[in-house]
Amino acid sequence: MKEIMVKMDNVTYEYTNNEEERIAAVKNINLEIYKGEFVVILGHNGSGKSTLAKLMNALLLPFKGKVYVNGIDTTDMNKIWDIRQTAGMVFQNPDNQIVATIVEEDVAFGPENQGIEPKEIRKRVDEALAAVEMLEYKEYAPHLLSGGQKQRIAIAGVLAMKPECIILDEPTAMLDPSGRKEVMNTIKRLNEKERKTIIHITHYMDEAVLADRIIIMEAGQIIMEGAPKEIFSQVEKLKKMGLDVPQVTELAYKLRKEGIDIPNDILTVEELVSVL
Amino acid sequence: MSIVIKNLTHIYNPKSPFETKALDNINLEIDKGEFIGLIGHTGSGKSTFIQHLNGLLKPTSGKIFINGLDITSKDVSLKEIRQKVGLVFQYAEYQLFEETVAKDIAFGPKNLGLSEEEIEKRVKESMEMVGLNYEVLKDRSPFELSGGQKRRVAIAGILAMKPEILILDEPTAGLDPKGRDEILGQIKRLHEKYKITIILVSHSMEDIAKLVDRLIVMYRGKIVMNGTPREIFSKSEELERLGLGIPQITYFMKALKKKWVNIRDDVITVDEAKEEILRAIRGNNYD
Repeated sequence: MKEIMVKMDNVTYEYTNNEEERIAAVKNINLEIYKGEFVVILGHNGSGKSTLAKLMNALLLPFKGKVYVNGIDTTDMNKIWDIRQTAGMVFQNPDNQIVATIVEEDVAFGPENQGIEPKEIRKRVDEALAAVEMLEYKEYAPHLLSGGQKQRIAIAGVLAMKPECIILDEPTAMLDPSGRKEVMNTIKRLNEKERKTIIHITHYMDEAVLADRIIIMEAGQIIMEGAPKEIFSQVEKLKKMGLDVPQVTELAYKLRKEGIDIPNDILTVEELVSVL
Repeated sequence: MSIVIKNLTHIYNPKSPFETKALDNINLEIDKGEFIGLIGHTGSGKSTFIQHLNGLLKPTSGKIFINGLDITSKDVSLKEIRQKVGLVFQYAEYQLFEETVAKDIAFGPKNLGLSEEEIEKRVKESMEMVGLNYEVLKDRSPFELSGGQKRRVAIAGILAMKPEILILDEPTAGLDPKGRDEILGQIKRLHEKYKITIILVSHSMEDIAKLVDRLIVMYRGKIVMNGTPREIFSKSEELERLGLGIPQITYFMKALKKKWVNIRDDVITVDEAKEEILRAIRGNNYD
């Protein structure tokens, strides 16, 4: 029996634009995310991905429908801190998320605000920094770190709250290739070793390949959903939607069109080498 | 020669405990009409470097000549430099501020003191250059547009200054694949049709591989590699040591070459890879 981490029940979120029109950023979303799952959300800018993410930790409240995080209704104002503690969020720009002048103080910020006793905070900070492989930098000033390192500090800050679920809204968009690799390795490890539920928003298809399930949004709705192999085998459909596929998937697709007999669900370099 | 850089060094916070050498004796020449890719890990000095090219930063030592004009000399006016060299920052859409698209793009030319007719002409031209429909969009608020459109408005604002050199700092960061392809397609057209010299800073090896004539790699304030994308991407181990990488398709061809020893592995785009694999299969020439 799979346990549910986040449940969305017919959720609509609307905002009012400059012309006083009401626009639905997400509409009638029904979605269940299971504990321990690694979900990637893809979609255009403006398709409602970030709104969906913010509904999952009560940064936004649904206009219609219900969102439950670990069974807690996000509109229950008395439980808002339980929700935020259960589902932690990491944003795109690391510089906007770091508040302290020393790495370990930054990571301690969350638990300090929860009123946790100092001994326990010390333990949590060390554990969180170890989990993102940044323990040796604990006394550094964050501005001296690289983008990937700063983003891992932001993740450690969330981890120190002991969340079951981590929501990441384009955490790699501003990073260089090695920074991206560091952050993705960290996310993958947290999912596999620490059994954290991961909800990862990205425009990078090579990151989406790592997921258990991909959700594609367009105009506020979920229009495709499935395992990476199911999603990326539909190259033409994805291209029509203005989305991408990994380069090796595209190459396999083009070779198939030339009559080369290879499977249509190639996702990685190793897979394509092995079938040729 | 469009840009000549001689012994350029920049030191932040000199003679303080925080002294850092951000640029270390850079020498570089860029020809008119070249399309240059600039890559390097975060903190390698790319941003510091490009900010020197339009006079936002002054060198600690060294010289920069733009079409023969020494822009590091004291008597050169910033206005003159900025007209020659347009710099599009990362997340340039955050700098949009006017009520309408046309007004926002007109801001630069207006400050140059041009006539109303000339300003309107430039706004129209620069919108056309980035593929935005003047009639449809000129009176719209820039804030209602999509991410990719906003960014193109910001680029049009720079183009309206008629720069001879256009520098773009990660113009596709945070854009979805469609927005990214739109922007890159427009940049390619600016280069091909209008012969503008372009310097593109990017973290996407895939995008760089498809577009540029020459690739410059920075590491710790120095230029450590300089060559065609094909030359540079053949050195995958060195690039990884520098915190960079190669396009996925190049990794793939290198892996395949271990199995099919007779194929070329200096391939940098998906279409090249397809041709090479078909050639091997149809010529029955794998190993």
